Amino acid sequence: MTEWRRNKADRVGKLGFSFRRHLHEKFIEFLLFLSAVLSIAIMFAIIVMLLKESWVFFQHVSLWDFLTDTQWTPLFDDAHYGILPLVSGTLVSSFIALAVALPLGTVIAVYLSEFAPFAVREVAKPFLELLGGVPTVVYGYFALLFVTPLLQAIFPELPGFNLLSAGLVMGIMIIPYVSSMTEDAMRAVPMNLREGSYAMGATRFQTAIRVVMPAAFSGIAAAYILGISRAVGETMVVAIAAGMQPNLTWNPMEPAATITAYIVQVSLGDLPHGSIGYQTIFAAGLTLLILTLIFNIIGHVLRKRYREVY
Amino acid sequence: MSSINNLEEIRKIIDQHRKWDLAFTVAGVLALMIAVVTFIVLFAHMLIDGAPRLSWDFFTSFPSRRPEMAGILSAWVGTTLVMIVTAASAVPLGIGAGVYLEEYASKNLLTEIIEINVTNLAGVPSIIYGLLALGLFVYQLGFGQSILAAGLALALLILPVVIVATREAIRAIPVAIREGAYALGATKWQTVIDHLLPYSSAGILTGIIIGLARAIGETAPVITIGALTFIAFLPPAPIKNEFPFLSFEWLTAPFTVMPIQMFNWVSRPEEAFQFNAAAAGLVLVVMTLAMNGLAIYLRYRMRKTIKW
Repeated sequence: MTEWRRNKADRVGKLGFSFRRHLHEKFIEFLLFLSAVLSIAIMFAIIVMLLKESWVFFQHVSLWDFLTDTQWTPLFDDAHYGILPLVSGTLVSSFIALAVALPLGTVIAVYLSEFAPFAVREVAKPFLELLGGVPTVVYGYFALLFVTPLLQAIFPELPGFNLLSAGLVMGIMIIPYVSSMTEDAMRAVPMNLREGSYAMGATRFQTAIRVVMPAAFSGIAAAYILGISRAVGETMVVAIAAGMQPNLTWNPMEPAATITAYIVQVSLGDLPHGSIGYQTIFAAGLTLLILTLIFNIIGHVLRKRYREVY
Repeated sequence: MSSINNLEEIRKIIDQHRKWDLAFTVAGVLALMIAVVTFIVLFAHMLIDGAPRLSWDFFTSFPSRRPEMAGILSAWVGTTLVMIVTAASAVPLGIGAGVYLEEYASKNLLTEIIEINVTNLAGVPSIIYGLLALGLFVYQLGFGQSILAAGLALALLILPVVIVATREAIRAIPVAIREGAYALGATKWQTVIDHLLPYSSAGILTGIIIGLARAIGETAPVITIGALTFIAFLPPAPIKNEFPFLSFEWLTAPFTVMPIQMFNWVSRPEEAFQFNAAAAGLVLVVMTLAMNGLAIYLRYRMRKTIKW
C-alpha cells in the first residue's frame, strides 16, 4: 500500500499531460500534413511552370496566330506557330479511341454488373485489370506492326502512319478504365432498386438500362471523363503509330501529330534550354492541360447536376 | 391498354423482352471477347517476333548499331534504379498523405481542396508531369537529365494511386480498433503506427505495386525530361568497397529505361530492330503483368482472410 502511494506521483506523471509527448504528436501530425499539402503544391507547380514558359512563348508569338495559324512548324526556318494541326490530330485520334472505348466499355460493364454469373465476373475483372496494366509503348508497337498492316489489307491506300490505327488501339487500351469505373458505379446502386424493378415484371435488360444506369449516371459520367482525359493525353501510341508530322486534317486515314506526339518529338531532339523550341512544348502542354480541364469541368457539372443519393 | 388484356399478347411481349435480354448477353460476351482476343493477339505477336531474341546475352549486352548484338542491359539497370527513387519518395509521401486525410484531417475547406486535388492529379496526362519535371527538377533545381529527376517525376505521377490505396485500406478498419487503442492510453500516432498501418499493410502494398507497375511502363514523362535513347554504359554502382559502402553518384547519372529502349527500336526502319523491340516489349509486359498479378492475388487473399 505504501509503495502504491509512493509511486503515485510517478503514475500521474505518466498518465497526465506530457509536454514532450504532446510535442512529438504535433510534430508527426505536421509532417503528415505536409505530405498531404504536397498534392496542392504539385498542382500549383504544374500550372506555374506551364504558365511561366508559355508566357515567354507568347511574347514571341501572338495568341491570335497561335490559335488561328494553320501550320505548326516551329523548328523550321519559316516558323509557324499555329496549334490547330496538333489539336486536330489530338481530337481525331481521341474521337476514334472513344468511339471504340465508350460503347464497348459500357457494354462490358453492364454485362459484368447485371448479367454475368459470379464465376465469369471473378475471372473477367482481374483480366481487364491486367489489360489496363500493359505499358502504352507496347500498344504503340502493336498498332504500328500489327493493326496498321491489317488495316492496309482492307484499305490498300492507307499510309504506314495513320490516326485510324493509333485511335483504334488507344480505344482498346482505354476499355478497362471505362468498364471498371462504370461497373463500380453500377454495383454501388442499392439492390432494392433492382428488386423493385424485377417485382414490377421488368427484365434484366430493362432494369439495367432504365433503372440501374440512370441511378449510376454520375459515376458513369466520371468514368467517361476519365476515358476522355486518357485519350487526349495518351502519348506513346500516337507517337509511334500516327507519325509525327503536324497535319491539319480531320481524315483519320492520314498521318498526323498530336499535342503529346509533338512534345515527344521535341524532347527526343536536343533543344537548348530557353530557346523558342523549348518554350513551344510548354505552350503545347498548356493547351493539353486546358483541353483536359475543360472535359473535367463538364464532367464535374454533369456529376453535380445528376447525382443521386440513396 | 385494352389491347394487351389477353394472356396471349402479354406472353408475346414478355418473349420479346426476353429476346432483348439474350441479345444483350451475347453483346456483352462479344465485347469482352474483343478485349480478350486483342490481348492474346498482342501477346502472341510479340512472342513470335521477340522470343527468339531472348537469351542471356540480350540481358547482358548494351544497345548496339548491329541489331543482333544489341541488348537491354543499360535499360533494365536504369529502370531498376529509377524505380528505387520512385518508390523511396512516393511510398512515404503517399502513405503520409493518406494517413493524414483519413485520420487527422478535420472537415474543412483545406481538406476538401486537397481531396479534389488528389482526384484531379490522377487525371492529369502523364506527359504534363514530364514537363513539370523538365522545368522544375532538370533546370530549376539543377538535377540534370538524371535518374533522380526521372524517379521523382514518376513518383509524382503515382502519388495519387498510393494515397487512394492507403485511404481505402485504412478506412476499412473498424472504429472499434481505434477505440480499443485509445482506451488503453495510446496516442493518435501510436494507434496509427502500431495498429492501423500494420492492419492495412496488405491493401497499401497492393496500391504501391500497382503504382510501380504503372511507373515501369511509363514512357512519355521520362522522354520529356530528356532521357537518352542510346546509352552504352552503366551508372556508377550504388555499393562501394570502401567506407561508407554506399554511393549516391548514380542519382545524377544519365540513363535510359526499358520502355524508351523499346520505343527507340520500334521507331527504327530496319526489321531486325523490331524483333529487338518485341523482345524488350515481352520483358516489359511480363514484368508489369507479374506485378499486377501479385497485386490482384494480394487483394484476393486479403478479401478471403480478413474478416473484421
